[in-house]
Amino acid sequence: MAGQMREYRSKIKSTKSMQKIFNAMELIATSRIARARAAVAASTPYSRALTRAVSAVATFTDAEHPLLTERPRSRRAAVLVVTSDRGMAGAYSASAIKEAERLIARLQQDGTEPLLFVAGRKGEAYYRFRGREMQDTWTGGSESPDFETADDIGLTLVDAFLDGADGGEGRGQRAGDGDRLSDYVGPSVDEIHVVYTRFVSMITQDPTVLRLLPLEVVEGVEPPSGEELLPLYDFEPDVETVLDELLPSYISARIFNALLQSAASEHAARQRAMKSAGDNADDLIREYTRLSNQARQAEITQEISEIVSGADSLAG
Amino acid sequence: MTLNVQVVSAAKEVWSGEASMVVARTAEGELGILTGHEPVLAVLSAGEVRIGTGENAVRSGRVDDLVVTVDGGFLSVEHDTVLVVAERVSVSQGADATGSRA
Repeated sequence: MAGQMREYRSKIKSTKSMQKIFNAMELIATSRIARARAAVAASTPYSRALTRAVSAVATFTDAEHPLLTERPRSRRAAVLVVTSDRGMAGAYSASAIKEAERLIARLQQDGTEPLLFVAGRKGEAYYRFRGREMQDTWTGGSESPDFETADDIGLTLVDAFLDGADGGEGRGQRAGDGDRLSDYVGPSVDEIHVVYTRFVSMITQDPTVLRLLPLEVVEGVEPPSGEELLPLYDFEPDVETVLDELLPSYISARIFNALLQSAASEHAARQRAMKSAGDNADDLIREYTRLSNQARQAEITQEISEIVSGADSLAG
Repeated sequence: MTLNVQVVSAAKEVWSGEASMVVARTAEGELGILTGHEPVLAVLSAGEVRIGTGENAVRSGRVDDLVVTVDGGFLSVEHDTVLVVAERVSVSQGADATGSRA
């Protein structure tokens, strides 16, 4: 009987110490959401400027650029999946992966072979465990992504895409030095998709698929009204060079934005998961305390009845 | 008449304010911008972008109130709004208390 009580007491103790961890992680996540959201906001002017410039070039020229042209046949598509490095964030990584799987199934249905690019340890572990081939992975920075990582991802994907221009396996064709942008050596791709988790609000985060390349509609541009037309730009040195320079930056900026939004979503998801874990720990502690009290009461009752019956037998 | 200048890096807006003249190095050479400049979208080469905020910057030709170093990027001009955009931007000289948020 006393053993049962001891068991409950040790359960209460361990649940309490876990609850402390949950509470601490919840607080950390809460404070990091604000920082992550500020980072998203701070990077907005850059991506807005790039988007505006890209749409200006795309609208006012009929420049034929490999990054803008739709390939007649799409053989391979790159799928970049953005997940977290650590767990304890509820279904955050799982729902991003699920969205990616849906996209992959759709691509395969259309006869396109998907190639995986993964950011975040959770996604990497998921695909490695299942023996799926990944072209490239980036891990270690999911909670506070830096621009270098985004740039690296962007250049790798652009390289893979440029390799597929003209239907050949040719080298990247950037004006100027003509050098490769990255050390990517895998197969070329004809489309680039990004699966990331859009931060809508503290309680809503949306796993989202974004087709980066080829650019279809340049979004985020206010429709030019009667007076407020985009000006007729003079391009220096020329349209092609400007486009060559702008587009990889634009891709990197979009990926950076996706990473930052995913980071904010990750923190929000973790905060929520830790909150409910803490609440569950509360419930468990209450339950165990009740059971332990019950056991103690039962023990006392039994002792009393033992004493009473012992005395009775002596008196008898 | 002044120029509205915004200097933007990948991570944040580095500086914004009014200026009378902007001098930047593009792929083809130095490009000076005063008010009323035609719309331009120019590729910058790595180097300094000099911004003159004072009234006499134009007359004296000394445009060095604010000097930022960029690693490339581009510059756009429209309706007296100048946008300097680069992945990495560092303020190397003359950022006053109001401007520098580095």
